[in-house]
Amino acid sequence: MREKVKILVVDDEEIVRESLSGWLEEDGYTVDVAPDGPTTIGKLKESEWNILLVDLKMPGMDGLQVLENARKIKPEAAIVIMTAYATVDTAVQAMKMGAYDYLVKPFEPEELSLMIKKLVNQQNLLRENILLRKALKRQYRFRDLLSKSPRMQGLFELAKTAAKSNSTVLILGESGTGKELLARAIHAESPRSNGPFVEVSCAALTETLLESELFGHEKGAFTDAVSRNKGKFEMAHGGTLFLDEIGDISPKLQLDLLRVIEEREFRRVGGSELIKVDVRLIAATNRNLKKLVEEGTFREDLYYRLNVIAITLPPLRERKEDIPLLVEHILGQLSVEMAKNLEGVSREAMDLLLSRDWPGNVRELRNVLERGAVVGSGGILQPSDLGLFTVEGDDGSERTGMESLKEIERHHILEVLKQNHWNISRSARALGIDRVTLYHKIKRYGLKPERAVS
Amino acid sequence: MKNPSTTDLSYDPSRSVSFPLPWLEGAIYLEWIGEGQMDGSLLNRVQTHIEKVFHCRTRVRIRKGSIPLAFDPNRKQHSSTVILRWLLEGLPRDARKVLAVTDRDLFIPILTFVFGEAQLGGRGAVVSTARLREESGGRSGNPGLFLNRLLKECLHELGHTFGLTHCANSGCVMERSNTVFDVDRKNRAFCQDCAVLLGDLLREEGK
Repeated sequence: MREKVKILVVDDEEIVRESLSGWLEEDGYTVDVAPDGPTTIGKLKESEWNILLVDLKMPGMDGLQVLENARKIKPEAAIVIMTAYATVDTAVQAMKMGAYDYLVKPFEPEELSLMIKKLVNQQNLLRENILLRKALKRQYRFRDLLSKSPRMQGLFELAKTAAKSNSTVLILGESGTGKELLARAIHAESPRSNGPFVEVSCAALTETLLESELFGHEKGAFTDAVSRNKGKFEMAHGGTLFLDEIGDISPKLQLDLLRVIEEREFRRVGGSELIKVDVRLIAATNRNLKKLVEEGTFREDLYYRLNVIAITLPPLRERKEDIPLLVEHILGQLSVEMAKNLEGVSREAMDLLLSRDWPGNVRELRNVLERGAVVGSGGILQPSDLGLFTVEGDDGSERTGMESLKEIERHHILEVLKQNHWNISRSARALGIDRVTLYHKIKRYGLKPERAVS
Repeated sequence: MKNPSTTDLSYDPSRSVSFPLPWLEGAIYLEWIGEGQMDGSLLNRVQTHIEKVFHCRTRVRIRKGSIPLAFDPNRKQHSSTVILRWLLEGLPRDARKVLAVTDRDLFIPILTFVFGEAQLGGRGAVVSTARLREESGGRSGNPGLFLNRLLKECLHELGHTFGLTHCANSGCVMERSNTVFDVDRKNRAFCQDCAVLLGDLLREEGK
């Protein structure tokens, strides 16, 4: 449910305060009144207000002075100036000072209703926006980049320092090591956190498409350019542009990018106007950029432009001490996402997780745990839930490595049935499904009890 | 513009919805404070409707003399807020609520006019018939349409005195009305949400 909108009515006439507050209360708003400027300022400091309706002519501090003070104390509140004596000058002055509107008394009831509705919608959007920004920042703060390893802690310190600056950051590391997460955390901790974070995966697009994606295009620049489009550089103005897979861009785009980094301006594809942008760049790649430079496939000058602050994220196999912490964190996230009570993994399952090399790094670990969370029947994930270990198949053969979800499900159901001596009710209860579903699955997977050996 | 003839034109008591509200102790007082002659049958209709909806007794109060300071000579209108203050003076002991009906045009200082005013969760309410005759053919126009509007506004303002705020449900009598067309679009009854809330508020108020 939305929070109640709070309105403060400021007028030196008691009858106006009484009638206007009564009229607004009938709409369900929380309304308070103030007879003068000093009382208003006191109330503004005491609590939150969404809307202020302020009379222009009051003895002592007038409406414009109240407006000036209110803008400083509660910049997010919308302020409407009311007056019985309208002049163009005061109206212009009020609007210049940041008033939302200027109303001449008396107003038509419909006019006031509509204005208040608009203001309430605007205030709700503002509040929602602030909450979403907070949630986003929470999601990507450095605390969520979990690690006990001293090497990682050192990297986080470097990233935090880098976040405060405007310098280009180059994040290196294998796939799945959390390069994007780190880029988002740097943005969230930077003075640009209120600006946009725009992400482009350079490997996903062809040269022409990527060029248009980065710099935008004018109408008619190419066959499909039916309208003018802003590029990611423009969209990221005032914020951060994250160029992922930077090692995969073509020589032409490398040159274009170099120019933008040096000049901080560019032209849209098919356009002649120079567009200036204020963008902080973070680039990332899983490729060895230095080697690409040596091989002549990546421009050396661009490499040095990007490589101002370089952060290399180590692969998971080099920081296995982080696995228990990561498992706990990922299972916590999965519990919320899947509305399932996931308490942890068994000792045997943890040993299994620690024994692997994790070529896909944290992303792979998350995938394995997600599969385990789907097929696992209890709150503690068992080795058999993870689909990683070497086991004997039901035909006696060895099954190894990653399996499809169906294979895991088939195997797990068979195991549970065996443990419960093919008692369908007990097995269904253990699996957390009903008996009919279990019968269907037994039929679909062609499961049969082993024959007793006489 | 909406054609008034498309709305319900005749007064039909069976359309007023009643709910299982607790019997209301005390009485709702009705008071005619108009300039013109009181229309006895009109007030009678209002009385019957209120009794049926709020499950209560009603009484008619007659007072003599003009309301001091309510008339604003510049605006040529009466202040509903001043009337409300005056209305609450010397209320009989058994008066649970008091609803005044007037033919004077009402205003509050910031608005050009109001159809009525009530104390939210209080005891007094006032409704003006002055603008309810608009677009209904004037005084000799469509009496059914005018009566319907009056009953809706009386219910609406009394609803406020019981603590109901404006309702967002389309057609509910507690929807805010800024024009007579808004009044015409509403039903002459509380929506289910408001009816349930009203029951709760009455129980809270101690019936």
